[in-house]
Amino acid sequence: MKLRMESIGTTLVVKPDGELDQSCATELRTDIDREIIRTHTKNLILDLGNVTFMDSSGIGMIIGRYKQIQARGGKTMIIRPQPQVDKVLELSGLKKIVECG
Amino acid sequence: MENYMKLEFPSKSQNEAFARAAVGVFVAQLDPTLEELSDIKTAVSEAVTNSIVHGYANAKGSVELICRLSGREVTVTVIDTGKGIPNIELAMQPLYSGTDDEDRSGMGFTVMESFMDTLEVESEVGRGTSVTMTKRIGTTIYV
Ligand SMILES: Nc1ncnc2c1ncn2[C@@H]1O[C@H](COP(=O)(O)OP(=O)(O)OP(=O)(O)O)[C@@H](O)[C@H]1O
Ligand SMILES: [Mg+2]
Repeated sequence: MKLRMESIGTTLVVKPDGELDQSCATELRTDIDREIIRTHTKNLILDLGNVTFMDSSGIGMIIGRYKQIQARGGKTMIIRPQPQVDKVLELSGLKKIVECG
Repeated sequence: MENYMKLEFPSKSQNEAFARAAVGVFVAQLDPTLEELSDIKTAVSEAVTNSIVHGYANAKGSVELICRLSGREVTVTVIDTGKGIPNIELAMQPLYSGTDDEDRSGMGFTVMESFMDTLEVESEVGRGTSVTMTKRIGTTIYV
């Protein structure tokens, strides 16, 4: 799993690449959290366009970041999920609490 | 179609991707739709991940996976000889996680249940867990 991150003002755009499962969730979480603190992120955009697979480990990782961003008074947004990823997001109820585009 | 395959691998998280990919390639001979295939792969990923992170709690152990094709039905069984589940009914509830890891959503069993047609869990504390799930290929109705 590769990860690209870009800060635009107070918004952090996170773009993982590959399959998001338990084997990379912890590393992903650490990298994102570090960047949130380093760049004083308020809002988070998760660009899932290049995520080719995701399971509940990804859901847990996203909910954890969502809670952090919420605690900072910001908003989380998920964009471009592929069909398999979208189905897992839908089932988890995440689409009701996080803005999805 | 009557066919089966059996895999055994150590409880390393790199093997999650291997297990779901192997099942995906094996099931492909039934000519499933992309959605059916990714449903099965996602469910396999959940069961295998649970064996690795909960069954063996990231310690050394071995996971067994059996995939059977019978007619249009796929049966996947994932077995570990790890710590077992004290209360299966509770464990299977949506959002329940037996860990205090805040990054576990407790959705694994819910994913298996909704992406497959049937799900059966057998477990004994101190002996291990066996998860069996089935899915019929080709029941999607196109309108
Ligand atoms: N193979 C197993 N061995 C021991 N305990 C298990 C096993 N599979 C599941 N469990 C128990 O059942 C609980 C629920 O599992 P489930 O997959 O639904 O959620 P989770 O793994 O906690 O979170 P998520 O899958 O969303 O990351 C686990 O937290 C664990 O306590
Ligand atoms: Mg799980």
